[in-house]
Amino acid sequence: MTALLAVEDVAVAFGGVRALSGVSLQIHRGEVFAVIGPNGAGKTTLFNAISGLCRPERGRISINGREVTGLPPHRLARLGLSRTFQNLQIFFRMSAAENVMVGRHMHEDRDVLAHMLALPSVLRQNRQTRKAADELLALVGLEAWADKPAGSLPYGALKRLEIARAMAAEPSLLMLDEPAAGCNPIETEEVDAVLKTISRRGVTIVLVEHDMRLVMKISDRIHVLDHGTTLADGDAAAVRSNPAVIAAYLGVNEKQPGAFG
Amino acid sequence: MRHRLFAHAYWLIGGLAIVMVLLPVMAPGAFYLRVAALVYINAIAVIGLNLLMGYAGQVSLGHAGFFGIGAYAVGLGPAVFRLPVWASLLAGVALSGVVAFIVGRPILKLRGFYLAVATLGLGLLIWMFLNNQSDLTGGPNGMQVPRLVLFGWRAVGTSTWYWISAATLLFAAYLAINLIDSPTGRAFRAIHDSEIAARVLGVDIVRYKLLVFVLSAVYAAVAGSYLALFDGFVTPDSASFLRSIEFVVMAVLGGLGSVFGSIVGAALLVVLPQALTSFHEYEEIVLGLIMIVFMIFLPAGIVPSSLARWRGRAA
Repeated sequence: MTALLAVEDVAVAFGGVRALSGVSLQIHRGEVFAVIGPNGAGKTTLFNAISGLCRPERGRISINGREVTGLPPHRLARLGLSRTFQNLQIFFRMSAAENVMVGRHMHEDRDVLAHMLALPSVLRQNRQTRKAADELLALVGLEAWADKPAGSLPYGALKRLEIARAMAAEPSLLMLDEPAAGCNPIETEEVDAVLKTISRRGVTIVLVEHDMRLVMKISDRIHVLDHGTTLADGDAAAVRSNPAVIAAYLGVNEKQPGAFG
Repeated sequence: MRHRLFAHAYWLIGGLAIVMVLLPVMAPGAFYLRVAALVYINAIAVIGLNLLMGYAGQVSLGHAGFFGIGAYAVGLGPAVFRLPVWASLLAGVALSGVVAFIVGRPILKLRGFYLAVATLGLGLLIWMFLNNQSDLTGGPNGMQVPRLVLFGWRAVGTSTWYWISAATLLFAAYLAINLIDSPTGRAFRAIHDSEIAARVLGVDIVRYKLLVFVLSAVYAAVAGSYLALFDGFVTPDSASFLRSIEFVVMAVLGGLGSVFGSIVGAALLVVLPQALTSFHEYEEIVLGLIMIVFMIFLPAGIVPSSLARWRGRAA
């Protein structure tokens, strides 16, 4: 069976700094796959390379066996890739519902003339899009905020708003960059519950996360990065007992304890 | 919020239509009608610019260039190509869109100040062309524009152009309001707030930036051709840098991201200089002070800031 997402020997450099040097991984349909590692390990760079926001200098990325290396993000979105951001990328001047409605963009009719004339088909579609957005807002527990400007939502709510917005695109692969970052324990529980629901719907999830309890609890497989290379790849138990991982996290081998996630 | 605002906008269009009908009754006389027609014509261009700047977040300091293309098309079309005036108008609007399409491709990759300077250059280029091609455009002296004739009916006179520009403004506002609440409009607004998020959600930002640039150029060209036909005359001033700045000031003063702000901004900047003529040589100082005071007390622009205050009091 071909992997849903295959990353082969991908390397990324910014100027002279090598952020990723030859990372390979495979993600299968229906998995919850976590990428962990100390700060600066290259997790977000890996996400950016997969979602087309930065171009790898070497290596190959394929979705369902089809090579997609170097495709722009909006093309990748059409192939079923959607994501959230570690540092929020909210449309803060739009309402919460409108944020999610933008997520429906690919599935909407894009006839500009019809939009300008507000033809009945466009109004009908607008109502459908709004209905889909309301359902997703309910999924992440934000229905009460639907018509509030997104800029007025608290931080934890914005994290979940990004998840709802990414889900609106109906992705087959959902990439979440630190969905529980900055969330208190209660909010983390909520994120956990949301991810379980999404996974049950058959969406494959890749997440970068520092909350190890959350990672160990929900992940089928964990990929550990350090200094742009792979340290380990396996289920929670295997990763936890891997000596290289313990060294990287506990600061053996000259590493600072501050690197602890 | 958006849905209520949406319904709101249609009410405002209705209200505006009533004001347009009542104005000639309440304030008869060619002078008032002329000023009002100038407000409407400017507002058409400013609504287009507001789609670009206020909604999609892309600045242009050269929109008078597109205004000038529309204005000169109705002069040059009949004089040079023997086209009927109405066909020249359409050709000018189309040409403006084509120029925006061709130039927009490379320059819309730029952002912020860099885009501002690039659009400024485009505006200056068009102005210089109109100014320097004396044998074609009459140079700084300008050129005569023939009357618009539709099915044997000659569009002449202040009140005729009052009604034509009023109807066109209503239609232009209606189209813009519809667009804002459609998938296209949401894509524009998404690009404004986060290009990265828009891209990963499947929005082809290159296409949408180009689309809104072309659309705003078309709005400006329609307005430009109306002004030339209304005046029966056109000079390179129609494409000047100062006029580009005036459009931006109208959009910002009235409220970026507000179609009605565009109309209010245009009204203020057309009417105030007329109202302030009694200040004689101090006229521009007073106008400048008024603009500063408005921006200090209504920082999001007249319409959005007033709405926010009114809602704050109502809540």
